[in-house]
Amino acid sequence: MITLDSVTKVYPDGTTAVQDLSLTIPAGDVAVLVGPSGCGKTTTMRMINRLVDPTSGRVIVAGRDTATVDPVQLRRSIGYVIQQVGLFGHQTVRRNVATVPILLGWRADRIRRRVDDLLDLVGLPPETYGDRYPHQLSGGQRQRVGVARALAIDPPILLMDEPFGAVDPIERARLQQEMRQLLIDGDTTVVLVTHDIDEAVRLGDRIAVMGPTGHLEQFASPLEVLGRPATPFVADFVGSDRLVRLLGVTAIDVRRLQPLHPDDGSAPQLPMAATLREVLAAILSSDSGRVRIGDAGVLTMAGVRETVQAAIAGA
Amino acid sequence: MIAWFGDPSHWQGSAGIPARLLEHGVICLWSMALAITIALPLGVWLGHVRRLGMTVTSVGNLGRAIPTFALLILLASWEPIGVSDLAAIIALAVFAIPPILTNSYVGIREVDARATDAARGMGMTGRQVLQQVELPLSVPVIAAGVRTATVQVVATATLAALVGGGGLGRFVVDGFGRQDPTLMFAGVLLIAITCIAVEGAAAALQRVITPRALRPPTPSLLPRHRPAPSVLWKTTAALDTPPPR
Repeated sequence: MITLDSVTKVYPDGTTAVQDLSLTIPAGDVAVLVGPSGCGKTTTMRMINRLVDPTSGRVIVAGRDTATVDPVQLRRSIGYVIQQVGLFGHQTVRRNVATVPILLGWRADRIRRRVDDLLDLVGLPPETYGDRYPHQLSGGQRQRVGVARALAIDPPILLMDEPFGAVDPIERARLQQEMRQLLIDGDTTVVLVTHDIDEAVRLGDRIAVMGPTGHLEQFASPLEVLGRPATPFVADFVGSDRLVRLLGVTAIDVRRLQPLHPDDGSAPQLPMAATLREVLAAILSSDSGRVRIGDAGVLTMAGVRETVQAAIAGA
Repeated sequence: MIAWFGDPSHWQGSAGIPARLLEHGVICLWSMALAITIALPLGVWLGHVRRLGMTVTSVGNLGRAIPTFALLILLASWEPIGVSDLAAIIALAVFAIPPILTNSYVGIREVDARATDAARGMGMTGRQVLQQVELPLSVPVIAAGVRTATVQVVATATLAALVGGGGLGRFVVDGFGRQDPTLMFAGVLLIAITCIAVEGAAAALQRVITPRALRPPTPSLLPRHRPAPSVLWKTTAALDTPPPR
């Protein structure tokens, strides 16, 4: 669990980066800090591993005030991935991933096994990629190495600063998908910084929307942030198409299904696990405006709208 | 000239070519050792703490502006040092410091900030960041500074002979004094050959100490991208054609 308690950061030049920010991130959750550039989201994240020390307030990680913990020891227990990765160009992929285990003095064979497992996990077979150098990899591959490096000691906390910022949209979507798989049932607490609300919605269990003056505007589930923005700033930031974004994270509700009709044989079909976004796309391409959800029933435009409104009301 | 080099007596004794070469080498080694000991740690440390960038640049420029010859005469005429190899060693060290200091500072300073940030964020101490990230990544730049300084020092060590020191400069200075153009020219030739040899050795050494991933690709004798002949021809044709009115 990570708790920020009335944290303020004022830089020596007088800029207030973060202003009286309090939030609690439960263990195992993925919390996304999102906001326009200069809103203090990166500073907030960097205060968790003491790359930045708060001017006032407390940061509590695993029950201890970080101000009382040696920053080097603290950082070794927290995974860290930054934009454009910051891989060490003079070291092989294996050596990069092994950084923290080496700092912690693990035995060589244990490091070797762990590193190879991690490279497999992030989709870079070690026998092919292990001995390459960062400049021999694509942007997406470098990003994967960065993630493997951060996960090396299976840290209880993972900090990620715009981890998918430097890759093309297709690769980004794939990485986000894989990251979700990796984190979804893990007990790792993740703090991810992004300026992309869609990324926040896709990955976050909870989203912290930060305003221009380093002020926390809303800290809630994606559903709530999109469905019921707490302030005009949040409403503006998530956009007038916020409910369309919401479709991507809303599940099908059986109660909104209509019974199957004999004519529905030719209607497009989707599994129960589909999101409303996929359902809507199928409705738009369907002649009858009806989409079969397995054998459970049929969704129409009205059903989609009811599901979204019920989801917002229940959030 | 060939006869001079062919004369066995010029290859023997304390005034022979091997002895003068050795003297030259000793002067260069001492001055480089002195310059590296002072400039390298200082530049690396200042680059690591990211301080005094202006001062380093100023010292670098100022150092280049100091006339080595004038400094040499000044040192030689100062009683505690006097006319000796020592004056040359100190003057040459002063001459070698700017490129080493500047390159060490810049080399460390210019290491990708994302790499050092990631290193710190993963829990490296300042010393570990320096040893494991900043120093290896800046080897090419730092080594280039040392290499430049070395070649300059080897060439300039010729001046040592002017203040009564040894080295290859003796042939030139003595040749000048005795109005012996052959001796003078032989000296110049020896100095030039030595410089080229040292430059080659320094380049090889630089390559060896550079981490594999940071080495430039082996230079090929053939240019890699040759413009297609048609393009060349078009360019020429375009130049020949008078502009339309």
